[in-house]
Amino acid sequence: MKKSLPLIFAFLVGFVVLLSEFIPHRPFNQIVSTLEGWFMIISGFAILLGQISLIRMNTYKIIHKVPNWQYNLAGLISFALMLSFGLLWGMRETPGILGHGEGITAWLGLKPFDYLFENAYLPLSATLFSLLAFFIASAAYRAFIIRGLESNLLMITAIIVIIGRTSIGTMLTGWLPESLSFWHIPNLADYIMEFPNTAAQRAILISAGLGIVGSSLRIILGIERTYLGGGK
Amino acid sequence: MKMNILIERRIIFTVLFIAVALPLIFPIGWKTEVSGYTQMVYDLIESTPDGKVGIISFDYDPSTMTELQPMGEAMIEHAFKRNQKVILTALWPMGVQMAEQALETVLKEYPDKKRGVDYVNLGYKVGGMVTIQAMGRSLSEVFPTDSRNTPYSEIPMLDGITRLRDIAWISSLSSGVPGLKEWMMVARDSHDVPVTGGCTAVSAPGFFPYVNEQRQLTGLLGGLKAASEYETLLGRLGSATAKMDSQSIAHLLILVFIALGNIKAYTTKRRKG
Repeated sequence: MKKSLPLIFAFLVGFVVLLSEFIPHRPFNQIVSTLEGWFMIISGFAILLGQISLIRMNTYKIIHKVPNWQYNLAGLISFALMLSFGLLWGMRETPGILGHGEGITAWLGLKPFDYLFENAYLPLSATLFSLLAFFIASAAYRAFIIRGLESNLLMITAIIVIIGRTSIGTMLTGWLPESLSFWHIPNLADYIMEFPNTAAQRAILISAGLGIVGSSLRIILGIERTYLGGGK
Repeated sequence: MKMNILIERRIIFTVLFIAVALPLIFPIGWKTEVSGYTQMVYDLIESTPDGKVGIISFDYDPSTMTELQPMGEAMIEHAFKRNQKVILTALWPMGVQMAEQALETVLKEYPDKKRGVDYVNLGYKVGGMVTIQAMGRSLSEVFPTDSRNTPYSEIPMLDGITRLRDIAWISSLSSGVPGLKEWMMVARDSHDVPVTGGCTAVSAPGFFPYVNEQRQLTGLLGGLKAASEYETLLGRLGSATAKMDSQSIAHLLILVFIALGNIKAYTTKRRKG
């Protein structure tokens, strides 16, 4: 029963939603509309579940003093601070439990939640992503080595696309006459992106699409049961 | 001279830091050529009649704002310039703040634009593709109020806008899932609303197949270069144009590093015989 009931639900819901695409009339469109509402409500609870999981996981690591547990503590403190500030004084024009907090807002220039978001979360988040540039530069130096025909082709393509995606590409071959415009580096880069790249991407997308249809059917028909959990 | 890997890495990091920082302090002002994909995005908004309503969905968080925020600002400005009305929304929780920030930047140039009349921020909604499907049926059911708790029915610019089909164009600025692909699959393929948008440079190749004869996507802004091209079309000296010099220098430097790495590998191979 524990496994059959979810399987029956998955079959019925999947079948009705599938059918509604072919028969977009009553009662199918109404059922699908209701199911969409349910999905949004359940997704809302998933956020709550994520927060509970975050607290549980970090608390466990702090209690058991796992290596680098200090970072977990910092994470929990940050979470608690943002949550409290948001609840107490709200954000932007939305009031919190204590209203808009005019006093503290006048002192900080912004509401505490917005102040932390703009001066801590925003720059930290952007910095973390920007660090990738340093790793890419280092990896380019160490790993992008010509070893054979394939790597040679890859290298030539990469150089054209990299230069073509910068302002330098425009300057380098901007002097070429109209009849040779195909060889203008930005045009070459666009050609690579538009034709060889798109052809390869389409092949990947079609394969992935067929895979999604296959696995969706397996779930609807109850062949694929790993989403139910509880072992193999 | 044999160099330690750690020292090599430090040199690379230092040179890259200087190369990125200098053009930001002393802008070079290199010109960018407008690509066909960017032109299509621009033409879509440009050709939409005055007074029509468009949606800009901020489907990203601060980690990718360097590339996507200039696109958001440029698109809002373009809509305002054409006297169109804009609905801002987000499929990512942090997108709401990103939208408000972009709006604040543009409003400095357009102080006469009024909330609820020329623009509205409907806020974040969980659910991704299913949310867009539900918007196809009824916008007011998905967003009973805007981000400031004003009821949908009391927002003047939304009068007569009941579902996605009433929207002139949709733009999703996307750095993952849910994002541009979901908007295209539902809004364009099911409801026939023109969908355009922007993404980070690394994810752009995955979206190019959708810019096709069926116009699943009407153009695409891929990364900072496309944002700078859009600013060029608008005649706006925005943050993307300012950052493009740095990106160009960084790309050139990466090519130099690749060349140096190959020279090093070649000489090492020769020495070993």
